[in-house]
Amino acid sequence: MIKFVLMVNRQGQTRLSRYYHSVELSRRAALEADVVRYCLSRKKDQCSFVEYKDFKLVYRQYAALYIVVGITDSENELSIYELVHNFVEVLDKYFSRVIMFNLDRVHIILDEIIQNGHIVETNKSRILAPLTTIDKMVDS
Amino acid sequence: MALPRMPAPIRLRELIRTIRTARTQAEEREMIQKECAAIRSSFREEDNTYRCRNVAKLLYMHMLGYPAHFGQLECLKLIASQKFTDKRIGYLGAMLLLDERQDVHLLMTNCIKNDLNHSTQYVQGLALCTLGCMGSSEMCRDLAGEVEKLLKTSNSYLRKKAALCAVHVIRKVPELMEMFLPATKNLLSEKNHGVLHTSVVLLTEMCERSPDMLAHFRKNEKLVPQLVRILKNLIMSGYSPEHDVSGISDPFLQVRILRLLRILGKGDDDSSEAMNDILAQVATNTETSKNVGNAILYETVLTIMDIKSESGLRVLAINILGRFLLNNDKNIRYVALTSLLKTVQTDHNAVQRHRSTIVDCLKDLDVSIKRRAMELSFALVNGNNIRGMMKELLYFLDSCDPEFKADCASGVFLAAEKYAPSKRWHIDTIMRVLTTAGSYVRDDSVPNLIQLITNSVEMHAYTVQRLYKALLDDISQQPLVQVASWCIGEYGDLLVSGQCEEEEPIQVTEDEVLDVLEGLLVSNLSTPVTRGYALTAIMKLSTRFTSVNRIKKVVSIYGSSIDVELQQRAVEYNALFKKYDHMRPALLERMPIMEKTASNGPTEIVQTNGEAEPSVVEAKHPPPVTQPTNQANDLLDLLGGNDVVPVIQTTVPTKPASAGGELLDLLGDLSLSGIPPMTAYNKNGLKIDFTFERANPNPNIAVITIHASNSTEADMTDFVFQAAVPKTFQLQLLSPSSNVVPTLNQGTVTQVIRVLNPQKQQLRMRIKLTYTHKGSAVQDLAEVNNFPPQSWQ
Repeated sequence: MIKFVLMVNRQGQTRLSRYYHSVELSRRAALEADVVRYCLSRKKDQCSFVEYKDFKLVYRQYAALYIVVGITDSENELSIYELVHNFVEVLDKYFSRVIMFNLDRVHIILDEIIQNGHIVETNKSRILAPLTTIDKMVDS
Repeated sequence: MALPRMPAPIRLRELIRTIRTARTQAEEREMIQKECAAIRSSFREEDNTYRCRNVAKLLYMHMLGYPAHFGQLECLKLIASQKFTDKRIGYLGAMLLLDERQDVHLLMTNCIKNDLNHSTQYVQGLALCTLGCMGSSEMCRDLAGEVEKLLKTSNSYLRKKAALCAVHVIRKVPELMEMFLPATKNLLSEKNHGVLHTSVVLLTEMCERSPDMLAHFRKNEKLVPQLVRILKNLIMSGYSPEHDVSGISDPFLQVRILRLLRILGKGDDDSSEAMNDILAQVATNTETSKNVGNAILYETVLTIMDIKSESGLRVLAINILGRFLLNNDKNIRYVALTSLLKTVQTDHNAVQRHRSTIVDCLKDLDVSIKRRAMELSFALVNGNNIRGMMKELLYFLDSCDPEFKADCASGVFLAAEKYAPSKRWHIDTIMRVLTTAGSYVRDDSVPNLIQLITNSVEMHAYTVQRLYKALLDDISQQPLVQVASWCIGEYGDLLVSGQCEEEEPIQVTEDEVLDVLEGLLVSNLSTPVTRGYALTAIMKLSTRFTSVNRIKKVVSIYGSSIDVELQQRAVEYNALFKKYDHMRPALLERMPIMEKTASNGPTEIVQTNGEAEPSVVEAKHPPPVTQPTNQANDLLDLLGGNDVVPVIQTTVPTKPASAGGELLDLLGDLSLSGIPPMTAYNKNGLKIDFTFERANPNPNIAVITIHASNSTEADMTDFVFQAAVPKTFQLQLLSPSSNVVPTLNQGTVTQVIRVLNPQKQQLRMRIKLTYTHKGSAVQDLAEVNNFPPQSWQ
């Protein structure tokens, strides 16, 4: 299962964090800093999977942003790698420009894709359906 | 009267923008505190309009690591509101801020219950999502019924969420699993992929948790054929824009189904057979040019290896992995190595075929890949490929990162021990490891190596020569230095006499050797342990070299060393030179062959640590046991067998593993302790007297000195005295002073026996005497029963 999803920039600042198992607030900062350090220190020709403590990290870089997903050993790493890309494509479809100012929307989208550590939906239009409904409600 | 209204709180995106402009942590903290204060006062005013906005901002600040607990109750208020936008943020806040440990979350139960029955599906979805994320056991128990109802609805949006919520409920309250069983019957006939996906997850969870469920699904529900059918449709159907990812139809679902098939097929012949075809089909038809295809193939391979598949399929799977290894994409290579590691035990031969590719991966730049390749290489080493593999692995050891060196070194030692083609190769390999990664080897490798070297008798000269040369080069790697100094101490005579057969013998003088050892003592690079080894080695050379004076000088200098360990050793060795010089040759003799520690008996006295010096440090290492353990047991063996002789003669070593103090006991308390001597044997002119001492502080040890005298007119030559005691005793026989008993009582042969008598039983002994007298061999057995009571009480 998926343990957490993080989006961090090159300076190590967390832009998005979602945990699917309980991690105390005090340890989150340390965890995020650690994870970022691992991912940032890797070169371009190294593989995208890192072993970290008792789980694995799958990371992908998009421009200045790193998306890191922490998974347990039982999960298929290549599949999660695809999932990250799927997630980014969905975000791309919805947000025409910079996404980070609408953090609550991103959370909503993430909730439609991953629930409770497992994948719920991968079809882009179905993921975005509730969000478009909300938007219509807000506008009206 | 209305209070003056505060300005409307800023939106979330304004806040984010502002905070991003902060240049230092302090600045950011200041901004956040200001905003927090504003939010708090807004909450106090019970402002409904902007609550949603404020909580959203609070969530952002929480993500940055600032405390946000004062917003918890506000989340509840949002959930209870009728507006969807409020509910949305409220539930999100609940998922992010609340968990089971807060009491507040129980208040949510009622809201969730109502929302599960709400008219809008999105609200129901929210409730399901939140319940499935952080519902406690009580909440789950309360609301399981609602979830189960939603699992049967025709609304696919809700159904998929209900399935995952059910997974959470089952995790929290396993007894409720039965409840969801009926609802699962129709789940797989859905067309909606979201529902299919989450249903597979639910079924997986149920099968993993309960073997009964697993059996049920296998037999009654005919789950396997259903899954096979779905998978087939996915593969065979043409392009479907809804779920296409790079040309493959819903790879996520395929992967999930394959995983469930794995669980169903594991250990079950029928199920495995039913899925053989589809697995073969997936394995051969999947497009491998993109990552998606490879993800599916990876899962397929894992499934094939886990179930009871036929051999053709297994070979197919391993070949796929072999192809992965050659792929340019690092991720794929990593994944292949991981899977091969899992299968190398069961399908060893098939994996061997890819050995050269695996070994090439040792040279990869990526750390994860290198580690995997190393583990796999060690698993693939066998008697046939040991030479080639070891070459590669040693080369790897040379050039790898420090984090690998310890593991690699241990792996090399293990492999060398199991498959070494020759002793010389073994020793060469070990030396190579010590010289390249000497500081990374584990602590227990030093005694293991010493034991190995001792046991390869014919290689002693070669080994000591090579170690000596290595010392000349570099004295910084402690394990190497320790092994080398031990060997020089033991086999220094071979070194100096230039006896090496295996390679060109080097010319080395005694002084040069002593120079090197003394150099170790004074060097800053040497640890205290190493210094101990060096001093002992020097001491041992006193019986092998002729320049004893120099050694005496060195030893006496260290008698005043600051290091307590060295000082103690030096003082004891000094004592050996002075008062107990007659014991020195015996004590410092060559080591006999050691056995592995597995055969240790419970007592400590006889169990020596194989070292001739009474050192505390060596006692830490598991003491290899020498032959003496045998003698205590076999009364009959001793008297029957002739080959026991050399063993008893050469066992010198002294001390129990406890403390160096024992040696002093042995040497220090040789004064007669008031026990009367006795005559043990008197026949044919040979008289043997026993005199007694007690070794303080251990009153269980009796020290007996035999005095053999000869009253006939001819010498008794080749005199050998042997003794055996009953099982409850332990016996140790030290070397005799000589084996000629001179004629006409002109002198005596003395020999020391130490008897351990823990149960304070009556001492009895059987002795065997052999000697040559007037040209003929004489042998005699006798029982000694007249021990004075004080000797064993």
